[in-house]
Amino acid sequence: MTSLRIEKHPVLSFPERKIVKFYFEGKEYQGYEGEPIAAALHAAGIKTLRYSPQKNRARGFFCAIGRCSSCIMEVDGQINTMTCITPLAEGMQVKMQKGHGYIKP
Amino acid sequence: MSRSTEVFIIGGGPAGLSAAHVAARLGAQTLLVDDSARVGGQLIKQTHRFFGSSNRDAGIRGITIADKLQQDIKDVADRLTVLENTAAVGFYHNKEAGILSQNAYERVTYQSAIVCTGATENSLAFENNDLPGIYGAGGVQTLMNVHGIRPGQKILMIGSGNIGLIVSYQLIQAGVEVVGLVEGMPTIGGYLVHASKIRRLGVPIYTSHTILKALGSDGVEGAVLCRVDDKFRPVPNTEFEIKCDCICLAVGLTPLIDLFQQAHCRMVHVGELGGLVPLHDSSMRTTNPDIFVAGDASGIEEATTAILAGRIAGARAYESVHGKSAEADTIVAEAREELRTLRSGSTGERIRWGRERVLKEVGEC
Amino acid sequence: MLKNDGIIAPEELAPVLPPPARLEKGPVAIIECLQDIPCDPCVSACPTRAIKMKEGITDKPQLDFDACTGCGLCIPKCPGLAIFVINMKHAAGKATVSMSYELLPVPEKDQEVTALDRAGKAVGKVRVVRVINPPAYDRTAVVTIEVPADQVNNIRAIRV
Repeated sequence: MTSLRIEKHPVLSFPERKIVKFYFEGKEYQGYEGEPIAAALHAAGIKTLRYSPQKNRARGFFCAIGRCSSCIMEVDGQINTMTCITPLAEGMQVKMQKGHGYIKP
Repeated sequence: MSRSTEVFIIGGGPAGLSAAHVAARLGAQTLLVDDSARVGGQLIKQTHRFFGSSNRDAGIRGITIADKLQQDIKDVADRLTVLENTAAVGFYHNKEAGILSQNAYERVTYQSAIVCTGATENSLAFENNDLPGIYGAGGVQTLMNVHGIRPGQKILMIGSGNIGLIVSYQLIQAGVEVVGLVEGMPTIGGYLVHASKIRRLGVPIYTSHTILKALGSDGVEGAVLCRVDDKFRPVPNTEFEIKCDCICLAVGLTPLIDLFQQAHCRMVHVGELGGLVPLHDSSMRTTNPDIFVAGDASGIEEATTAILAGRIAGARAYESVHGKSAEADTIVAEAREELRTLRSGSTGERIRWGRERVLKEVGEC
Repeated sequence: MLKNDGIIAPEELAPVLPPPARLEKGPVAIIECLQDIPCDPCVSACPTRAIKMKEGITDKPQLDFDACTGCGLCIPKCPGLAIFVINMKHAAGKATVSMSYELLPVPEKDQEVTALDRAGKAVGKVRVVRVINPPAYDRTAVVTIEVPADQVNNIRAIRV
């Protein structure tokens, strides 16, 4: 789907997967169903996933296995979602988490 | 909710899967939990052929070894329950632990536990080291070899251990240009055949160099490198820029030890093993007699040795539930001999020192 | 020096090179594995048992050049991709080098590719004379290229 997607690999083969639509900051993107949200964003060229609470520094993913919390975002209203291990689903609303995030009372 | 088991294994990487296979095959009711969606640990991203003895898995790709281990545990499915997407969150007293899956919490009563939590990646201090586009080597492998996405077009690798060398090669295979590999030491840390492999494909190897800073504001646009002297201090006026859109850190691993500390296992700091590790004897038993350890959590090594240590822990955990077993003894004796062979020679020196220090502390050496 | 930059220097390579008399007899392997690492698949890969490790698995492989037939079965088995087969009797002034190849695209017979030296520097165009890539090799192709005879131990990779 984008140039960062590996179409052919000398050792690995990647199975056909269903393409789904999702939204990042309100804009529509495409990704594969079930792949991590952070992977779909990365493939779409989006590397900044949030800004840090104290110094407002850009944050991307780092460990990709749900260990480091660098990739936490707001997904369908749920803050602190570890997007590197949360599977992408049709219609997901993904947003950058500002500061520590906001929980609706 | 609660469940009970004889042997409780935390972590489904090479160590945990091997421990589970052995314990269940010997006859123990076994429960294995893993917090990821699919067991196999880091093996599921290893596209390269493994070193080691051809009696075990040498010459076979890591992904194939993962398939083999996954098949092995299917053969003992009548005695082994595997829960994926399930994290062990803590030990209680009286051989009880808590596990969390899909927002549901359960208690597990066990007789023997084997903790195979693996390791976490180290970072490195340099200016702008938090920019998006700076990834751990494991993160790069996951993105590329599990999800089929390149980390970027041009990548700079930091660290010349086997992980840095192997992941550089995997990046080339995925169609990413590796613009250089940086190493602070004057010599390459990993196996030299891996270094030659990437060097002849045009990757410059900068030994006695370090990264001073990453360039860019919202993402990586390059890096500044410089030479270092024999005390790893930057040499003035040797700075130069290198263009890249991502940086991969392969600067070592640290054992994941929270659960051991929480279970009051005595810890010891052994630099050669990657930091703090639970003290353990040659049966992989910690100072908490109900808790065993195997794999990187007992000291950073690699998958083949993790498999063998897992087999030892699985056999001994079975025995601590069911009593002495000649078959378990045979498994342990064979695994120990294979470990001795793998750790012999000059490249195994650091690991041997580290392992001996742990055994000395428990009075076995 | 190999341990500083990943490039095997001529004096480091010398001990593993076949003697001139052996080169006269046709294809022979060169095992460029110069470090005591725990690894032995090459030993069992050899149908003539020409590869031995005296001190066990962490020893360096020792190749009996006279027992080696240059069959190349060890090439795809080496996890370090460190085994090459050279044939100095290929044609007048020309030799062949066979090597593991695990990238895409896999070249085809008679295709022209760029030969690279140990530092990855292009040293000219060469012709592919053979590609073996059976399922048993598990996605490691063995590619044989025709090179100028004096480049036989300089060329160690290709760019397709």
